[in-house]
Amino acid sequence: MSADISTPEIPDPKATDPAGELIRFDNVTKRFGKNTVLDDLCFSVRPGKHVTLIGPSGSGKTTILRLLMTLVKPDEGVITINGDRLFPADSKHVREVRKNIGMVFQQFNLFPNMNVLRNVTEAPVKVLGLSKDEAEERGRELLDLVGLGDRCGAKPTQLSGGQQQRVAIARALAMRPKILLLDEVTSALDPELVAGVLDVLRDIARTTDITMVCVTHEMNFARDISDDVLMFDAGKVIESGPPEKIFSEPEHERTREFLGAVL
Amino acid sequence: MNNWDWSAVADFMPRFWDGLLLTLQVLVLGSLLSFTLGLVWAIGFRAPTRFVRWPVNVITEFIRNTPLLVQLFFFFFVLPEWGVQFSGLTTGTIAIGLHYSTYTAQVYRAGIDAVPPGQWEAATALSLPAGRTWMAVILPQAIRRIVPALGNYVISMLKDTPLLAGISVLEMLQQSRLESAATFQYTEPLTVVGIAFILIAYPASLLMRALERRLVR
Repeated sequence: MSADISTPEIPDPKATDPAGELIRFDNVTKRFGKNTVLDDLCFSVRPGKHVTLIGPSGSGKTTILRLLMTLVKPDEGVITINGDRLFPADSKHVREVRKNIGMVFQQFNLFPNMNVLRNVTEAPVKVLGLSKDEAEERGRELLDLVGLGDRCGAKPTQLSGGQQQRVAIARALAMRPKILLLDEVTSALDPELVAGVLDVLRDIARTTDITMVCVTHEMNFARDISDDVLMFDAGKVIESGPPEKIFSEPEHERTREFLGAVL
Repeated sequence: MNNWDWSAVADFMPRFWDGLLLTLQVLVLGSLLSFTLGLVWAIGFRAPTRFVRWPVNVITEFIRNTPLLVQLFFFFFVLPEWGVQFSGLTTGTIAIGLHYSTYTAQVYRAGIDAVPPGQWEAATALSLPAGRTWMAVILPQAIRRIVPALGNYVISMLKDTPLLAGISVLEMLQQSRLESAATFQYTEPLTVVGIAFILIAYPASLLMRALERRLVR
């Protein structure tokens, strides 16, 4: 039943399969023209884990998030969420599976024609079927959580970049996702605004069981929140492991080079 | 040169008001039709399947690149042979609305294209259904930018309404021709009609320019 997918409370038989994997990529290849961005990629993420993807620009990290959000389709391979096909699958099925996933973008992408609260309540009302009152109550809670409870009536353009990004985080959480995708969420921010956004995310990582897949250049943040770090190069995972290991004693030459350049 | 005859102007006035009313009626209904149909075309340009995109592109290019007068004659004289018959007024309104819808479609398209891709992506990430994405996210942002351009097409449409005289719709120009045929006075009725067009079109275009400054950053 499609309804089960979006309701975390109902135990899903597939969730208890031996592998216990929430996200799974099997031999996924993605090309843009002649450029192979992801090359026969296999990896999986277990429920509740926080995974950070690191690597040089153009190594395919963001493409992984965009594939999970179904903003692009792979050329080959299988992607499953909790055992449900995200690709290949028919579009109706994809829409159901996708409800488990939320995304925060580099450029925030708030709806400029709606006020802050409406940005957060629009989808819960129209997609989850919450009443307006319910959605607004929950929206205010979430905006409080990100420190913007007093800006409900503001338009996104009246907020700083950091505030906009925190609204975007609240908007994603309002859909009660099982998986939260974070695509370089601080890259477009002025340096002094980065900390506020990362603090909010640290909080969410600590206090919820939401699975997080994160692309970031903030290595300290990655070290703090990650259970696993995946190092990408040229469309492949060349090294993975807990952050203590990747950041302290990387095995792969490319990882050493990369960390040497960014740390 | 004939002397200007104010009594000829006065004689023309009853016909003129009728003609003006009809011109405005064609303009309002034609505009509404072109706004609605243009939006349908514009959404068709973005349909997920090419089986919609292609026909929409072919139809709109065809209509946009053939003259309105030819279309008017076609609807008025040819369609009845196939059993489709409307009054000249209905035919004219539909034809002018249809013709201009292919222009407004391009305006909508530009407005929709100007909405950043991130807006579509955010809507997808929130699982908003397609209809809701259009109505709540994309169109409110697009319309704002295109109101002045749509207004300019309404002004163009106004100036094309005399073509409807060709299928005997009693708009302003046709009324002046009837007046002239009855009285052999050409100067006064035609002048009145010309002035009427200027009096509507010029303030309207000033208004559009003002709107443009306000709405389009």
